[in-house]
Amino acid sequence: MTAAAALLESDALTKRFGGVTAVEECSLAVQSGSITALIGPNGSGKTTLFNLLTGYDFADSGAVRFDGRAVRRPNPIALYRAGLTRTFQQARIFPQLSLIENMTVAVHQPWRAIVYPAVRRADRERAHELLEEFGLARLVEERAGRLSYGQKKLLEFATVLMSKPRLVLLDEPTAGVNPVMVEKIEERIRALHARGLTLLVVEHNMPLVMGLCDRVIVLDHGRKIADGPPAEVQHDPAVLDAYLGT
Amino acid sequence: MTAIRPFGLVRGLVIVGALAAFPFVFNEHWLVNIGVFTLMYAALATAWNMFAGYSGYISLGHVAFFGIGAYTVANTFSVSSPLRGSAYSFTSHAFMSIGSGYRPFYVLPLVGLAVALLSVPIGWVALRTRAITFAIVTLTLLFVFQNLAFNLRGVTNGSSGLSVPTPNFPVETYERPFYFAMLGVLVLGLLLSWHIGRNKLGLMLFAIREDEEKARGLGVRTTGVKLVTFALSAGLTAMAGGVWAYYLTYIYPQFAVDPLVMIGSVVPVFLGGRGTLWGPVLGALILVPAQQYMAYRLGASELYLVGYAAVFVVILLVLPRGILPSLGDAYERWRYRGARVTVQPEEVPAA
Repeated sequence: MTAAAALLESDALTKRFGGVTAVEECSLAVQSGSITALIGPNGSGKTTLFNLLTGYDFADSGAVRFDGRAVRRPNPIALYRAGLTRTFQQARIFPQLSLIENMTVAVHQPWRAIVYPAVRRADRERAHELLEEFGLARLVEERAGRLSYGQKKLLEFATVLMSKPRLVLLDEPTAGVNPVMVEKIEERIRALHARGLTLLVVEHNMPLVMGLCDRVIVLDHGRKIADGPPAEVQHDPAVLDAYLGT
Repeated sequence: MTAIRPFGLVRGLVIVGALAAFPFVFNEHWLVNIGVFTLMYAALATAWNMFAGYSGYISLGHVAFFGIGAYTVANTFSVSSPLRGSAYSFTSHAFMSIGSGYRPFYVLPLVGLAVALLSVPIGWVALRTRAITFAIVTLTLLFVFQNLAFNLRGVTNGSSGLSVPTPNFPVETYERPFYFAMLGVLVLGLLLSWHIGRNKLGLMLFAIREDEEKARGLGVRTTGVKLVTFALSAGLTAMAGGVWAYYLTYIYPQFAVDPLVMIGSVVPVFLGGRGTLWGPVLGALILVPAQQYMAYRLGASELYLVGYAAVFVVILLVLPRGILPSLGDAYERWRYRGARVTVQPEEVPAA
């Protein structure tokens, strides 16, 4: 764990739900400028770990550091402002709002923003730029609820970029999405990474993970069982056991 | 939802103009009296909708602020105020005389502001809950304040009530100043609603209504946004309460903080359309005269309350989203009749 270049670190995070330990003593580091994958069988605690890191759930013990600073009580609003943001597994967007409104909700808003017009010119331009990149520009005035599932995933991905974050946590960005859309999402991830964005990705699509990521962290039953470059992790007996064994 | 329609301003002016012309066209006392109450409920519904309709938080305690506004005005101008003679009293008769009769109206903005500030800590506590819990917590607020009104005799004079001096407005047009004061509160509420609906505050409220957790994840300061709107809404509600107290000239706890007033300011919003600008006004224009009529026909037996409840059930069955959104849907269906709904197919990467 080279602390110097780590953008996000967790130290012995533990979360119990009643008798079930969802995440146990989990320490990990996401290097600045990397694409790190978080994989593991269903129920291994990936989403819970995401929730702990982004302030949607509170750890029973352990610590989180973002950008070298300890995050004492993780809170999604504060973390978003600090440059850490996430998407959700089920493509959470605001279905009754138009695409442009979905995008502008996500702009950094100082307090005085409450008297600004809903969609300011600068926001609109930035939103258009991003929607263009994501191939959604034609639908800009459409209600988000009318998009296909894959398009909703793209939209959610696009919205979290409105604030120019430094680290994005993607929870299964390609789950339930058709192959063409998977390619599109992969292409976006690569392009953003090339521009310096750091990503932590939960993903089940192994070819995608192996081709895309610099580093793979494997969870099983809430414990980290492997951590390293894809080629290495792929052949780790513990990983093979977790996926193929009982 | 936030687009400015070119004829929106014209429509607004026409509606407000028609409401302003009403007491000149129909000058019978009983009609203008119904008009005052219609506007009061329109204002209350608009104030309620601004918070509850936009954010999705069903508050059942707003009438507490109505009561606070009513008691503030009553205490300021009452010669029988129990606060009189206390350390806070500056004159020997009342805190303030009603002057030529219009002074209470001028004080209203201050009442609104004061109650808005007062509502912040209350809202802060209540808004720690969500959804149905929030409805219950605010409903509790209603009964807490009703009990306070009964028991804080040093402020409210308890169940003996509190009187406000009757102004000597010309008899033939006695209701008009109250009518226009209510209209003023309503227009203020409409302007605020319109403004909120098209600026970032509204956008953030809509986002909270749709998915509050997601909104938090996008950096929306949810508590602050809700609180600001709650306070504005409470302030407006209090202003309507102030006019009401002055109009009746005598207020009692059971009517100042009355569940029926609460229901009367919620049902029009459901009828007209939650989260719309004109829905609450439309709902009040339909319901209040209907309620008065039912009270007149069935009043003696209080069966009118059953009738009123039936109206609410019918709304929820037939128009669950309210009149205006349902009309919007029908219009959309008519426009796209024959055509299949055009959601574009999955996009193929351009590059």
